Amino acid sequence: MSADATARGLGPGFWLPAAWIVIVLAAATTAGGLPIANPDRIHWEAMAAPPGTAANNVDSTESGGDHSSPGTFWLGTDAMGRDILSRLVYGARVSLAVGLVAPLIGIFAGGFLGCIAGYYRGHIESIVVALMDIVLAFPGLILLLAISFYVGANLTTLILSLGLLTIPAFCRVARGHTLVLAEQAFIDAARLAGAGDMAILFREIIPNIIIPMAVYGLMVAAFLIMAEGALSFLGLSVPAPTPSWGAMIAEGKEFLEATPHISLIPAGLMFVTVVSFNLAGDSIRSVVERRESQL
Amino acid sequence: MKHPAPILTIDHLFVRLPARQGMVRAVDGISLKLMPGKALGLVGESGCGKSMLGRAIMGLLPKHAHVSEHSEIFFRNRALHRMTGKQVRKIIGKEMAMIFQNPMSSLNPVMKIGRQITESLNHHLAIKKKDARDRVVQLLRAVGIGAPTQRLGQYPHQLSGGLCQRVAIAIALSCDPALLIADEPTTALDVTVQAEILDLLNAHQKKTQMAMILISHDLSVVAGRTDETAVMYAGQIVEHAPTAVLFQNARMPYTRALLDAIPRLSDTAHADLKSIAGNPPDLVDTAPGCRFSPRCPAARTKCKTKAPPFTHINGTRYGYACWYPLESHGAWPMPSCTAAGGQ
Repeated sequence: MSADATARGLGPGFWLPAAWIVIVLAAATTAGGLPIANPDRIHWEAMAAPPGTAANNVDSTESGGDHSSPGTFWLGTDAMGRDILSRLVYGARVSLAVGLVAPLIGIFAGGFLGCIAGYYRGHIESIVVALMDIVLAFPGLILLLAISFYVGANLTTLILSLGLLTIPAFCRVARGHTLVLAEQAFIDAARLAGAGDMAILFREIIPNIIIPMAVYGLMVAAFLIMAEGALSFLGLSVPAPTPSWGAMIAEGKEFLEATPHISLIPAGLMFVTVVSFNLAGDSIRSVVERRESQL
Repeated sequence: MKHPAPILTIDHLFVRLPARQGMVRAVDGISLKLMPGKALGLVGESGCGKSMLGRAIMGLLPKHAHVSEHSEIFFRNRALHRMTGKQVRKIIGKEMAMIFQNPMSSLNPVMKIGRQITESLNHHLAIKKKDARDRVVQLLRAVGIGAPTQRLGQYPHQLSGGLCQRVAIAIALSCDPALLIADEPTTALDVTVQAEILDLLNAHQKKTQMAMILISHDLSVVAGRTDETAVMYAGQIVEHAPTAVLFQNARMPYTRALLDAIPRLSDTAHADLKSIAGNPPDLVDTAPGCRFSPRCPAARTKCKTKAPPFTHINGTRYGYACWYPLESHGAWPMPSCTAAGGQ
């Protein structure tokens, strides 16, 4: 069994990116308890400080007994004198919330619609496909602009609207897999064993599409983290002063010549995280494909 | 002699499938009777409707398939064609089971073997999942799977094709069906495994007096393992006879051509394989006349204009559909076949 597992197991190509995602996730969720500065606190004495600057001239009257005063700005400060490390950790909350929660909306809603369409075919399929074509054809940026104008841009509306926009893609993936699965003899075999439509959907089809959907979900997560960055440039992401990686890159673009680290550090972090999601997804997919090719 | 009632009676079964070009006549007026405990071989080329016939009996036709109103299917004197899906589902799987062609795709790849067998027991025989384990082990042993307790926790991709088909057979036999439809059960398997699987089915059939329909494109699969054989061509049965008689004395030129197409060990090396010229006919726009006539070496004008009726031989339910049947070698009527026919 162990030889079996190593032969087709997930190599370092999966575990390294996965470890990175776990570290970022852990940092983001425990940010409040980490010994880092308040991300919104402005250090007037250390504006745009380069990485590794010691915070020696801390204004004691302003900080009071604030335990979160850093000894050193390990990654420097941004143009407003805020600790970059701390803002990255808090910013990870926004990026990961967008990258992980929005695809879940797509997986559940799109996956459900896709299964129903692929299994029942006929009118249901036509209606679902038409609906998805409408959502696909709707310009996503306009939707986000409209939502930020009428509802206001905050994390919830951002996640909901990005989630809505991913539904058609997941629906297609689910429908494609369901169409193939529904032709398989084990569906007929299940029907002979007395299973009804719902039992077949939930016990035969859905367990078989979970992995491809999850792999696709990781790719979408990577894409959405980048999308959040792009939206920050347009002011369509979470409003300031809430830190987000995209907003940090956008804020630093004015000072790129003098103090490039303000933009480049969050950009590098986003790069590593996005690559991690893609690599993790790819290695799961290659394992699954190897397993399927043995069938 | 008291005649036992047939376990399965099919009367004028028509199945049509809508396609882009029109309605495909997949099953075109088939009538069949199967006696309890007997094995019927159903042979024909790919696309001749034999799988559709099996599916029609099992109620597994595609959703868009159209079955004629005059079609009748009786199973143990119950009219399946008048039942709702729910009523049929109570019978099929339990009293009637099916084995599919590709064992790898007939098992759910993400469900453990043990659970897949338990499902059917649980649903049809209301055996509790806990109690089913012993029965499942027993079933796996009965289909010749070694170390059954270990197999229970394995997934289909950990098993070979032959083992998967044995598992599929175990599922099919789990409720002691009175009729088993085996749709090309060995086509996807190695030749050595083929014989084992077919012998397993035969042994179980003899032991439990189960009736069986063995669907195959391969006459040699059917030979020696079935009591009677029906040859299908283009959605119709063109010849139906006790298996031994059919192999010795085929009357329909299509059956003859199929038999001639089997390569023989006695052939000289590099002897040309005999094949049947042409392709099976288009089942959308069927021409009048015998469907085999465009490929038949003995076809005459009458064959092209008028469809031959199914001619019964000596009042038995056996016969052929041909205007100019091949010479009888005198094997008809054989004592065994009149007896079988009268049964």
